[in-house]
Amino acid sequence: MTPSISQSDTVILTRGLERSFTMGDSVIRALSGVDLTIRRGEYVAIMGPSGSGKSTLMNIIGCLDQPDAGEYWLNGTLVSNLGDADLAAVRNREIGFVFQTFNLLNRADALHNVELPLIYSGVPRRERVARATETLLQVGLGDRMHHRPSELSGGQRQRVAVARALVTRPSLLLADEPTGALDSTTAREIMGLFAELHAQGNTLVVVTHDAGVAAEAHRTVRLRDGRIESDTQNAEKATA
Amino acid sequence: MLFLEMILVALQSVRANLFRAILTMLGIIIGVASVITMVAIGTGARAAVDEQIEALGASVLNIRTGNFMRMGVAQSGATLTIGDAEALARDAATVEAVVPEAAQQLQVKFGAENRNLRIVGVTPNFAAVNSYTLAAGSLFTLADDSAKRPVAVLGNSVPAQLKTTREAMLGGTIYIKGIAFRVIGVLEEKGASGFRNVDEQVWIPLATAQFRVFGSDTLDNISAKVSPAVPVERAMVDIERVLRREHNLLPGKDNDFSIGDPRQFFNVRETAANIFAILLASIASISLIVGGIGIMNIMLVTVTERTREIGIRKALGATRFNILLQFIVEAMVLCLLGGTVGILLGTGVAALLSRVLGWSIVVSPTAIGVAFGFSAAVGLFFGIWPARKAARLDPIEALRYE
Repeated sequence: MTPSISQSDTVILTRGLERSFTMGDSVIRALSGVDLTIRRGEYVAIMGPSGSGKSTLMNIIGCLDQPDAGEYWLNGTLVSNLGDADLAAVRNREIGFVFQTFNLLNRADALHNVELPLIYSGVPRRERVARATETLLQVGLGDRMHHRPSELSGGQRQRVAVARALVTRPSLLLADEPTGALDSTTAREIMGLFAELHAQGNTLVVVTHDAGVAAEAHRTVRLRDGRIESDTQNAEKATA
Repeated sequence: MLFLEMILVALQSVRANLFRAILTMLGIIIGVASVITMVAIGTGARAAVDEQIEALGASVLNIRTGNFMRMGVAQSGATLTIGDAEALARDAATVEAVVPEAAQQLQVKFGAENRNLRIVGVTPNFAAVNSYTLAAGSLFTLADDSAKRPVAVLGNSVPAQLKTTREAMLGGTIYIKGIAFRVIGVLEEKGASGFRNVDEQVWIPLATAQFRVFGSDTLDNISAKVSPAVPVERAMVDIERVLRREHNLLPGKDNDFSIGDPRQFFNVRETAANIFAILLASIASISLIVGGIGIMNIMLVTVTERTREIGIRKALGATRFNILLQFIVEAMVLCLLGGTVGILLGTGVAALLSRVLGWSIVVSPTAIGVAFGFSAAVGLFFGIWPARKAARLDPIEALRYE
């Protein structure tokens, strides 16, 4: 499951993405023509004030939502016209989500939370447990595997969430304000983990309004009013 | 494996809301318990009826002179004679024994008491054929019959009817139509069968009855005991053949006699059992429906409570179908747990009823299977709608749900 040699090293390719929502009588254009290309191994921050369309963009990139118009190619597959079951499979295999509020299952222990995506991809139990254990070790939670989320600190919970995102070896890690619910020390730890994952060759997209978080990325895409306002390389990081 | 996860999640959910789950399952528990009890009682009642038919000699057919209907008018037919009885005993191969009977309702006097009772003149084999047993004294014999002796055997409640005791009457003298009869025996209690209570009858030798009391040689009834292992229907055909020949009935002419099948009387008992079963069945179906609605209600609550979990599962790759299945499984787990408790409870109630009421009760594996099937069906039927609601949730909104 290591990144295979594909025809292209492009992970995300969008062309003319449009998405609007109807709120009562008015129509809100959340995205109006977004063209974005992200290559394998990139570490990209998507920034923008609230209402800029960054959440909508993240939902579409994460295959949780479909654009009204335009195309979205993920790993060379056109996903913007897939049905529910196919889209679920894409989310399962290609995307690892990290949420601001962790979104762990409270009734399940850390190990089971990490196993969850593998359950939906039909991995046999033995292999599932092995991979979940390995991934938890990777994020430094080897001794917390049988703790429930309520028995873990915020940082530990987010590590479980990161392990859950990584366990399917997805082609894209998609984080939505991953440090939004953490104190600054813990936030730094998580950002350190992200830098490590990036160094290991993972493709990361972080949606944030925190400049400090964005500064960790190698490239920053700013949105405003549903369009890309700027797309800049972080010179200092890019060379690192 | 994914299915296993679904069952596991369902059980976790039940454990997390145990009290609520129990309340929810109550309807199903009562419904299934009713089904189990109902079937147990129904099966038991049928077994009891079969047993009684056996005990009361259901294989005895009653042949009567035909008061048959022709063009809406009752016709009085030819009479039955001792010759008919003899012909049956001789020529009807399916018949084991024949008892010719002549009967009249007459005044019976004992001491100062008198009472209108049914006097039946019969051959001595009447007790064996009808499975009557002697409580005290003896039966009359063929010699008594041919000598036309005035001896009588009483039904069990006759002494009480004449305001005396069995001991006082045995060996005593009763007067029938002014003729003195010696009481030689009293029968065991038999209970009412059909519309006639045999415990209130007096049996005397047939010849005595015909020639000394009734003054008529006609018969009112011939009892024919069907040979073992011969279907009653075949015996009826056989009897009909012999009697039509005896009565010189041409083909196309109606029978001038009727053959009564005593099994019809047991239908009353069976009907009572059936009414009880129908009553329980309606309780069962109503509580299963109410229980199902309870399940649906709680599943709707569960879906709302776990909106976020649904969002998470969808984000991690669960399809709509996965979510649909998960909540259907959960509803079915609730129902099957309720069903299991209901089966135990129903079996317990059935056992209690059998002890208290003395009914024979049979808890059949079929009933348990049916009860399980019902619970699963209720879970499926009432679980689909909430599950569909869960499956159709938008993952983005579900993830945002607080």
